[in-house]
This record gives sequence, C-alpha cells and structure tokens, in this order.
Amino acid sequence: MVEKFDAIVIGAGPSGNAATYTLAKQGLKVLQLERGEYPGAKNVQGGIMYAHELEKIIPDFRDDCPTERHIIEQRVWLLGDDNYVGTNYRSEAFNSDKPNRYTIIRANIDKWWGEQIRKVGGLQICETTVTELIRDASGKVIGVRTDREGGEILADVVIMADGVNALLAKRAGLQDEAAPENVALAVKEILFIDPELIQQRFGIKEDEGVVIEIMGKVTKGMVGTAFLYTNKESLTIGIGCLISDFKNGDCPPYRMLEDLKNHPVIKPLIEGAEMKEYAAHMIPEGGYKAVPQLYGDGWMVVGDAAHFNNAAHREGSNLAMASGRMAAETVIELKAAGKGFTASNLAAYKKKLDDSFIMKDLKKYRELPGIMHGNKQFFGAYPDEITAAAHNWFTVDSIDKKTKEKQIMKSFIKRRSVMGLVGDAIKLVRAVR
Amino acid sequence: MHIVVCIKQVPDSAQIRIHPVTNTIMRQGVPAIINPFDLFSLEEALRLKDKVGARVTVLTMGPPMAETSLRKALSLGADDAVLLTDRKFAGSDTLATSYALTSAIQKLAEEDPVDIVFCGKQTVDGDTAQVGPGIATRLGFEQLTYITKIEDLNTASKEIVVQRRSEGGVQVLKTKLPCMITMLEGTNTIRFGKMDDLFRAARYELKTWSRDFTGAEEGRVGLKGSPTVVSKVFVPKPRAEKAKMIVADADTSEAMAAAAIDAIFAAQPKLAGDLLARAAAGL
Amino acid sequence: MSEPSKPQGRKFQLPEHLKIYKNVWVIVEQERGIVHSVSLELLGEARKLADKLGVEVGAVVLGAESPDLNRICGDAIGYGADIVYKVTDPALADYRTDPYCRVMTDVVNTHKPEIVLLGATTLGRDLAGAIATTLATGLTADCTELDIYADNRSLAATRPTFGGTLLCTIQTLAYRPQMATVRPRVMAMPERDDARTGRVIEIQPDLREEDIVTKVLNFIADREQNEAQLAFADIIVSAGKGLGKVENMKLVFDLAKVLGAEVGVTRPLVQAGWATNDRQVGQTGKTVRPKLYIAAGISGAIQHRVGMEKSDLILAINTDPNATIFDFAHLGLVGDALKILPALTDAFGRRLSVNRMAG
Repeated sequence: MVEKFDAIVIGAGPSGNAATYTLAKQGLKVLQLERGEYPGAKNVQGGIMYAHELEKIIPDFRDDCPTERHIIEQRVWLLGDDNYVGTNYRSEAFNSDKPNRYTIIRANIDKWWGEQIRKVGGLQICETTVTELIRDASGKVIGVRTDREGGEILADVVIMADGVNALLAKRAGLQDEAAPENVALAVKEILFIDPELIQQRFGIKEDEGVVIEIMGKVTKGMVGTAFLYTNKESLTIGIGCLISDFKNGDCPPYRMLEDLKNHPVIKPLIEGAEMKEYAAHMIPEGGYKAVPQLYGDGWMVVGDAAHFNNAAHREGSNLAMASGRMAAETVIELKAAGKGFTASNLAAYKKKLDDSFIMKDLKKYRELPGIMHGNKQFFGAYPDEITAAAHNWFTVDSIDKKTKEKQIMKSFIKRRSVMGLVGDAIKLVRAVR
Repeated sequence: MHIVVCIKQVPDSAQIRIHPVTNTIMRQGVPAIINPFDLFSLEEALRLKDKVGARVTVLTMGPPMAETSLRKALSLGADDAVLLTDRKFAGSDTLATSYALTSAIQKLAEEDPVDIVFCGKQTVDGDTAQVGPGIATRLGFEQLTYITKIEDLNTASKEIVVQRRSEGGVQVLKTKLPCMITMLEGTNTIRFGKMDDLFRAARYELKTWSRDFTGAEEGRVGLKGSPTVVSKVFVPKPRAEKAKMIVADADTSEAMAAAAIDAIFAAQPKLAGDLLARAAAGL
Repeated sequence: MSEPSKPQGRKFQLPEHLKIYKNVWVIVEQERGIVHSVSLELLGEARKLADKLGVEVGAVVLGAESPDLNRICGDAIGYGADIVYKVTDPALADYRTDPYCRVMTDVVNTHKPEIVLLGATTLGRDLAGAIATTLATGLTADCTELDIYADNRSLAATRPTFGGTLLCTIQTLAYRPQMATVRPRVMAMPERDDARTGRVIEIQPDLREEDIVTKVLNFIADREQNEAQLAFADIIVSAGKGLGKVENMKLVFDLAKVLGAEVGVTRPLVQAGWATNDRQVGQTGKTVRPKLYIAAGISGAIQHRVGMEKSDLILAINTDPNATIFDFAHLGLVGDALKILPALTDAFGRRLSVNRMAG
C-alpha cells in the first residue's frame, strides 16, 4: 500500500528539521526522509547555532538542547605569515539567561531535533535516499520515490531540504548545477582537549565560548576564510575556499588546514589537542545571485539547497531554520484556507522570504561574492600590507609617527596603486552598503 | 517456527576515542549501532523466515535508548521487538546477562514456543562470546556457535544441519531444535529493508519488559548477580623503546634493503641461520 | 603491555566452603590428535600462577581412548602439568558442546580447581561459556595477561576492550572456580621439559551416545582448503593502506615467497577487497607471534597492533617518520615500501642463494 502524507520533507538538517517540526506541531501528517544512517550522520557544520531563530520554532529549547558553550566573545583576525591584526568584541551582556549564540556539535543537535520531531508526532525515517520526485501528468510534484523496495510515497507537497548539492531539484530539472565559484569547500577538524586548557587559553568560564573568524594569508590568496570555535571539550578548527579556487590552485584543502594549525598564532591555542574527526563540507556562497527558483507546483526548496547562506556574516543555519519554518507556515496557511499547493499559491513562501532578513541580507551583499572572486588582493596583498603596517606602527624604533604613516601608505600603494586601493574601497563599500 | 534474535546496542567502536587527558572513553558524539556481529545472525534468521516461514522476535537488554536498535531490526524485517530494561539490570556481567535474557526468552516462549535463538558471535564492546552459550545452557538448547552455513532445516522433523568453524577445519553437525546459533562474521550480508518495513518499524509499539515482568530473581541480575567485577581500566602503555631507525649508507632502495637485512640478522641471529638452512635445503 | 605490578583487587574474604578449591587447571584442547598450541602456552602460564599460589597445575585432556591421547597426556606433563585428568569416552572423540560441558562440569565439581584456563579458540570459548553457566561462576574472555592478587589469592585477568583501545583487569568475587579464556600466541610457549614427572588420573564418565542430540556428520580439514595459515607462520610480511593500490600486493607476495613467509594485511585492505579475511591481522582478525613481522605501509592503528605486537621482531617500513607503528616496532625504515619491498626481495634472494652455492 502506498503511503500518503500531507507533506514530505527531504533532509534532516536545520532547514528540514525546522520545517518538519513546525508542520508536525500543527498536527499535519508529515514524513521526514534522511539519507544518513541517523540524523547528523552526513553533516559536518562548523558549529554555531543562533538562538533567535530556534526560539521562534522551539521557544524553550534551552531546557534540553545539547549545546556546547554560549559565545561571549567574537574575534576577527587577519593573519599574516607569522602575525595577525584583529578585533575582539566581548561582553558580559552575552552571559544573559538567554544567550544569543552557541557553539554546537551537529551530531548531538540533530539527534535532539529528531527527538523533538517525534515528540510532536512527526515521522522521521533515516537511511533512505529519495531518488526522484514523482509528478503527475501536469508536472505537479505528488510524491517521492526512494531507493527502497516499495519506495513510492505520496504527499500533497514536497519540501526539499537536501543540502548544498540539491541533488533532487537538479535531477528534476528545477535547478542548474551550481557554478564552482558559488560553492566553497570547507574542511574542519574536531580536536579534543582538556576543558581546563580551553578555559585558560581563551580566558573564559565553564559554559562560555569564544569564536575566532580568520582571514588572510592562510588561504594562499584564494577566496576563503577560516574559523576556530570552542566547544565543551574540544575545539573546532576549519578553513574553506571556493571550489573554483581549489580547482586552479595547487594547495589541497587538508594541507591548508595543516598550515593553519601550524600557524604561529594558532598553534599555541590548539597545542596538546587530539584530532577526533576530520570532515569536508560544501557551503553555498553564491549569495543572492545564486538563489534558484524556490517553489513550483507541489514543491519548495529550503536551506542550503536554496543557497540561503550569508557568507559575509558566516550565517547559514539561521537562514536554513527560518526558511524551513516559512515553508512550513506556508503549507499550514494554505491547508487551513483549503487552497491547493500550486505554484501560484506557494508564491506566498517567496513573499515571506522577501519580507524577511533572509532575502534582505542576501540582497544587501549581492555584489560581494563577485568582488571577492575577481579581486584576489583581498586575500593576498592586503593581509600582508595590513599586518606589516601594524608591525611598523607598533614597533618602537625612534622613527616619528608621521614618517611611519608615509611608509605604510607607500607600501600599500606600491603593492596596489592608488587607483587600485580607491577602487577596492569603493567596491567594498558598495557591496556591503 | 518462532525465532528469537538477541541483539545488543553498542557504541560504534571504530569511532571511539580515549580522552587524552582523563584516559576515559569518550562516548560524546559516538553513534550507537547494532553490534555488527549480531547482524549476521539477524540476517540468517530473516533468511530462514523467507525460506520456511517464521516469526522473528528481536530481543535486547539495555537502557531505553536501545530502542533505536530494535527499530532498526524491525525495519530490516523482524516481526516483533522486546526491550528488556530495568535499572536492576545495570552492571550485569555475562552470567547475569544470559540469565536475564533467558528469563525474557522463557516469557516469550509462554506465548509462542521458541525453536531457535540467534545470538551474535560476540559483541564489539565486550568481545566475550559468552552470552550465547550461557543462554543455550540455561534453556537446555543445543549450542551451535561459529556457524558458517545452515545447510538444511526441516521444520517437520525439527532437524537442522549446519557447518561450524572449528580450529582445524569445519565440522558438519546435525542436531534437533530447539537450538541456539551464533553466526560467524562474513557469512552473509545484511539486507536493505523495504519501505513498508521502515514505516512499520517507525510506528511499532515496542514491548518494554522489566525484571518483575519476566520474573528474573533480583539477586541474580545486575551487580549482585555478577561474579566478575572490573577492578581496573587502563590505556595500553606504549612500548618503552621506540623503533631503532635503520640508517643506510646511501639514499637508494638497495642500500636501505641491505641495511634492513643486516639489522634483522643482527637482532635475530637465529633467524638468519634458520633462513639460510631452509634456503640451503632448497625449500 | 603493562603489568598490574602492585596488584590491588577488590577486597573481600572468600567464604570457607570455597577455600577448598585448589590448583590451576588448563583444559587441553585437542582435536583429532592435534593439540592446539594455546593449550601448551597456557600450561606455561598456569605453572607461573600455580607457583605464585603454591599449588599444583592440572591438565584436563578429553577424548576417545587412543595412543595420541596418551602422548598428549605426556606432553601436558612435559609442558608443566603436575596432574593430568585423562577423561576418555568414545562420545568425546569429536568436540560437541553438550557432552564436553556435562563431563567438565562433573570433573570440576569433583576435584574443585580454583582457576580454570582455556584457549580463546572456537572450542575454548564455546565450552567455557557453557560450563561457566552450569558452574554459575565468573568467566573472563580473551585475556592477554594473567596475574594473582597477592592479598586475596584471586586471579587478575587482563583483556583488551573497546577494540583494543583500553585494557581492563577483571576479578572474580566469591565464586569458584575462576575461569578465563586466553588469546592464542599471546603467552610465551614454554620449553618442554622431558624430565618432568606427574600423575595421571583416569576418568571414565558415564556417557551414552543416544543421549547426545548433536551428531558430527563430517569434518572438513583446513589443510584441504586453500586458506592462509597465518597464526603459525614464522615470518609474516604484512601490507597496509600505504601500498596504494591492489596491484602492489604482488610486491608483498614476492618478498613472502623468497622468505617462505605468509602474507598478512590490515582490516581496511580486507574491507577494500584486496585480500581475504583469513589474512587479516588484528583485533577482529588473527593474533600472530612470528619470529619476524615485516609491516609495509602500515600506520600502526591500535586494532592492528593488538594482533601483532608480540612478534619477536617487527620491522616497519613507512614513508611517514611520525607513523605510530614506529612507536612499537623494533626496527624502523623510513621510505617508500613500493621501492623497498622489491629491493628486499632481491637482496634476500641473493643472500640466500649465495649460501646455497657455498653449501
């Protein structure tokens, strides 16, 4: 007998979980399909969770959600060859009852999500890969076919939350292949370390955490960033660059990560830690211009599969959760109104996105990916010059400050000409304005 | 035919790490799986079900979270699942575990007599290979361990012919039901469940049994019922000396090989003699 | 491996009625007149334990009456037994759980040993699990070290756990006998002492074939099969992932041929289908103890290490000077196994053929 559901959600990541939970909580008959052996088996997110979005879906998540540390300090570092220039922001305000950001380990969080979904009556089935969408004669999506015997399942609407590769949408011709300059490859490691050492080295207490976002020479001139997060008993360290750059370059990702770990300012932070796992993951970085068609007859796409990722602010999971929730709310509203899941009715989902921070933020930074990609000086010459300038400025050597300023300016201009510098500044201002 | 398959939920040992500082097992993020050895027995039970028709009940003793493994077994095609869970069972060694499981199997047999009990050859977290024989002995079932093949099963005469791995070869054994079987690894490949079974597994109302329910005596389970205790857990000490690194005269493979052979014969003069003697004898 | 140097067990007093349990026993595993070497290794180990306790070593030899069985009883004494319990019945000719379990339960209940050791083989583990249940006592499986807690004379049985990443020492509380199965090739093989004497106690149990449900229809000996005989090889050349591709396995077989060695592999290679699992050395494969173990392109994961670290001499070849295997190999060679293996094959071949001409 072929099973039929109100909705099928494909994928058990943040966007799929948000959608499934929201639908199940409203009493809809929802099936979530995950190809991994268990939720979290297939993902390797670096590990920041944004409370605000999760609160909208599960207000009291803090009661039992297995987070690592709440973040009280954010550092942004520009690395040179053996130095860094950086800014830190730390505030006791982040130590409130309801902290805003947490470091997490996805395997734990996704398992917790699964429990929450079951609690509200959602059906989560793992180890099952959706191979294709089933459509009726008019082309409307009416269900999915899985890789299992008797694997046809029907639904009024299918929500695709199957991650950056968006295999289903591509296979169904609903999305084009992502361009290599729109996808980053990130590699990360979880390093086990004594919590006492974490607290000592980062100057924090038991539940407090620090996040370091890193740019600079470590990406060897490629467009990319690196990060270091403090978990309870481990550190997450990773680095990511655009696939197109890895293709051209001759530094493989794991080598880049090794170099990062051996960088003189990073090494002391991770000394004595033991690698627990290594993983590679793709991140959609194309921004606004890479966002595909988001809905059609009987289907919607959410999360990474929709390229909802704000590369400039390194936000992804909150966009994922928000888009999943909005897709679910669209389904709930249409169903309550007795309306069908036609493309024109599902346009309400796009409207919700447009009205929210998701599309607004992506639009704001729409030029940024292109600029970064076409202007490699941001990842090579600038880190050099800026760290050299800082070195010059902070070295006390009886040279007057005015001369120092001139030296610094001269050095910048030598590397990148006045027009180049001005141009870069204008581009950046335009991109982030 | 009623077949009971005993399984255990274990941490995936391939992903287990020892905390470098505290020397304890880090279970954080380590997924729980069905003991891999159990899957060979489960698959064999399901094959018998396909072949001669049988009801397959999976049984596990463990914490409530062991439910995941039971559902997994159901999704592969098992008909029923029983979770034997009770704080009183905590700390059971193999003797107490086989006693507790036997009490549950006897309870199952009250409803539907049990013809075959399958157990895993051993677990990956305990590696004892003792619970299966313990259950067979308690139930008075014929004990068939390290089975590589079930050659024949006659449901009318209740006779079974199996191949059993022994140290010097393979025994072909003929016996009568009821029996307890543990399958050797690599003897089959676990199947991929059907969609229907996945739905059934997800919705199945699990039977959760306590010690009281099966009638297991309190003094014979848990720490109280366990003759053995772990008195010490420790990390293997690295060998005091690291390898002596062989240095060759030149940076060529030939020079390295020559230096290596010299080093081997210097360390094991007797071995040099043996090898030369054997070569001289033309072997 | 470490030793429980200052044994500290659970403190408890053995009840009076259990204090009459004395002596250290080994159940000698023989099938078709051939003794499993682990039984002889265990006699050596039992000797050490018995000497610490100031008691005797007993060997139980079960089978059908035959000249082979008498020879085995003699061997048991030569390798360290003081008493041999020779249990004979036609029904014991082949190993079957039921008759062996019944007989052993009786013999133990009659003679009351304090420790009973068996090899962690298919026979030993099958039988041990059964008799520990009938005797309702503690059994520790697959041990790699045995010792005595001096304060209360109890057995400290150490075994790997969690895939060899940890060791744990297990003690049996107020239950007797204390039972353990011991992994083959882990304990040293004792020297046979022909001058040793001992007494043989003949036991004829009351078994009737018609009471035994399980029948042995056939026995297919491995010698008729084409399986690798790793466990008893004097020299093993082993390969790991570092070999790169399956075609390079030939280099390992070439060297093994020149040395008259067996070829071993790590688990990933079996999983990749490069070799059959009868060649796997390690936690889930075979434990080996050759005179020479050449590890080519093996990083030295704990799962592999526990299967080969007791080898007399380990030569490791690896391109990575920081590879874990150099931490426990005896000899290390930093270099490309793909180049060094053929060079070793050539060099060994030359040295050994020179000798043949001279001889």
